[in-house]
Amino acid sequence: MTPRHLLSVADLGLDGIDEVLRLADTFVEVGRRPIPRVPALRGKTIVSTFFEDSTRTRLSFEAAAKRLSADVLTFTGSSSSLNKGEPLRDTVLTLEAMGVDAFVVRHSCAGVPAQVAGWLESAGGAGGAGGAGGAGGAGGAGGAGGQPGSGASVLNAGDGAHEHPTQALLDCFTISRERERRLGYSPARPAVLSGLSIAIVGDIRHSRVARSNVIAFSTLGATVTLVAPPTLLPPSLEGWPVEVSHDMDAVVAKSDVVYLLRLQSERMNEQFLPSLREYTATFGLTAERARLLGPSALVMHPGPVRRGIEIAAEVADSPVSVITTQVANGVAVRMAVLYLLLGSGAPVGA
Amino acid sequence: MRGGTVVDASGSRRADVLVKGEVVAAVEPGLSSGGPGTVVLDAGGCIVAPGLVDLHAHLREPGSEEAETIETGARAAALGGYTAIVAMPNTQPAADSAAVVRQVLDLAKGACCDVRPAGAITVGREGRLLAPMAEMAALGVRIFTDDGNCVQDASVMRRALEYASGLGVVIADHCEEPSLASAGWMNEGELSSLLGLPGRPAVSEEIMVRRDLALARLTGARLHLLHLSSALALAAVREARADGVAVTAEVTPHHLVLTEEAVRSYDPVFKVNPPLRTRSDLVALLAGLVDGTIDAIATDHAPHPPEAKQVAFSEAAPGMVGLETALGIALGELGLTAERVLALMSWQPAAIAGLSGSHGGPVAPGAPANLCVIDPSRRWRVVAAALASRSHNTPFAGRELTGKVRHTIFAGEPVVIAEEAQR
Repeated sequence: MTPRHLLSVADLGLDGIDEVLRLADTFVEVGRRPIPRVPALRGKTIVSTFFEDSTRTRLSFEAAAKRLSADVLTFTGSSSSLNKGEPLRDTVLTLEAMGVDAFVVRHSCAGVPAQVAGWLESAGGAGGAGGAGGAGGAGGAGGAGGQPGSGASVLNAGDGAHEHPTQALLDCFTISRERERRLGYSPARPAVLSGLSIAIVGDIRHSRVARSNVIAFSTLGATVTLVAPPTLLPPSLEGWPVEVSHDMDAVVAKSDVVYLLRLQSERMNEQFLPSLREYTATFGLTAERARLLGPSALVMHPGPVRRGIEIAAEVADSPVSVITTQVANGVAVRMAVLYLLLGSGAPVGA
Repeated sequence: MRGGTVVDASGSRRADVLVKGEVVAAVEPGLSSGGPGTVVLDAGGCIVAPGLVDLHAHLREPGSEEAETIETGARAAALGGYTAIVAMPNTQPAADSAAVVRQVLDLAKGACCDVRPAGAITVGREGRLLAPMAEMAALGVRIFTDDGNCVQDASVMRRALEYASGLGVVIADHCEEPSLASAGWMNEGELSSLLGLPGRPAVSEEIMVRRDLALARLTGARLHLLHLSSALALAAVREARADGVAVTAEVTPHHLVLTEEAVRSYDPVFKVNPPLRTRSDLVALLAGLVDGTIDAIATDHAPHPPEAKQVAFSEAAPGMVGLETALGIALGELGLTAERVLALMSWQPAAIAGLSGSHGGPVAPGAPANLCVIDPSRRWRVVAAALASRSHNTPFAGRELTGKVRHTIFAGEPVVIAEEAQR
């Protein structure tokens, strides 16, 4: 059962994630063709609504949509400038009125993709704001001229510190296929990360990438260890399928994958850290620390990379790093997600 | 009012109630009609009680009349059974001077209930300079608060308590330590970590409650704590009470029946300060109602226009409307007797607000006729768009409640008859 929206990577479940990864294999192949384009979503209109700047993710989604022959509209604007004008709900319903099959939504606040999905479903008075206890709340009132609820899908392209599902999917794809390529072994389907130890290092607290990856990695069978100073961990990890360590050396030595998160410099001003220098010394993947990595270990980063802070330049450029492979796989994985949610189910074809 | 059961602080008895002019003329079973022109209100199956008193309503006037006005807020209050409401001073401009207090009092003439402005503790609610409390007290202001803001500076809070004690007025504080709370939008904990929303930890409330209690002990002044939301804060109040600190406390209906789980939907209608907390906090607050640690249920009625809620959670205005749903929640969902609910919503808050004598009963000959007639078994569904408040940001939309006000009598006049506002 394919979900209508992709708000959390948990919406897909184990089989759904595996299906995306298998579809992505096909789209990697499409990407190698002289004309890397298939007609799968011809006639569909996808709007990328980025209320927070993210050129990389936006371009990746737009490239994916275009390679599937969909029409792409782009809406960009900071949430603060929007706030001075129309409410977010009006913006969404205005775009919806233009005839849109999918919204790709990025926002600095957690939950906006879920709100957008609720507004689309209740447009025309079809119901409440969605979610437990939300019936008839702020999202439920009014409607867009009495039309039936929109059938548009919502894809979360990163919401605040909540989730970034397609990043997690492309990370799972990269780990699985890169290990297959390097080590020549085919992991058991569908739990393709079974038995792997994956460390996620850095600002977990503020990271949507970490939240989606914890769900995706553990769903696919990996053991996840979070490595960070306690100030950069979420206030509670109750119920998270993770281990926690503050010893970077020990974790680096035993991990199959070391996944580094971007550290934003304003964290110093907010008293999460004493200094960047101390962070790098304690949690950075320095050249010295990288020598502790196992022979088949992979180093990953969602970008943009701050060389010399989270990772030494020479480590980022060494063969253990698959950072550019992640970016390359991003387009194929996003094609897979768009195809899964919007496609007819017919074979991808030529 | 014929056929009801009269309930006030002295107990309950079957009696009809006759009102003449602005006062209660007779309270007896089987009263004959008061003569020609008497309006007879059916109170069959109903409780006839002193009108409710809300310690905590934001009426938004002056300054944000698109959200609420004194007239619409007072009408919503009357429909909810209130005959007196305390209007919070966080208007624009703030009620931090005799001029603004006088304006609110002028606008309240002709309203459906008694609107009693609270004054700000500090000028502009900025927490720095004491507002002219004596001038405002001379106009009848009995509660001072910077609500919405906490008085951050402990020295300012100490002086405010000392100064207020000389005037016989009450200092009320919104307790959240801002350095811990202000960056957050929901309760901090397991769920906020999962949802990726920054949290306001319960300890931010506890810390400020404990500071205020220490200052109340030091100064001997009367302290009222607004909208307590956490078990930690409640425990602090209970200890201080046992030590003889002159403190009273209120809790809102939404903190008594909703938890942070509602925020899972990311619907900003559930964004409120202090935030909805956990099930164990809710259970502790209910225990506080039963054991008397909490003196009043107050609405924190906070109207906002739709555009303030149809935005990202981060940008949404905090607050919920509550005047029309408070009684239904209190009677139907808390497991309390009607007598206990009325104590918490009528005579106890009336005493805190300095309104005993005009509100909160007793229902007896010669007493001011500020009354409400409640049908405790009436089942009804909350329809946001049908609320009389100018704003419809209720967290209870679609919820079925048991217990509703049938008639409200304010200063002898039936302002609500058969669930309909008369003006």
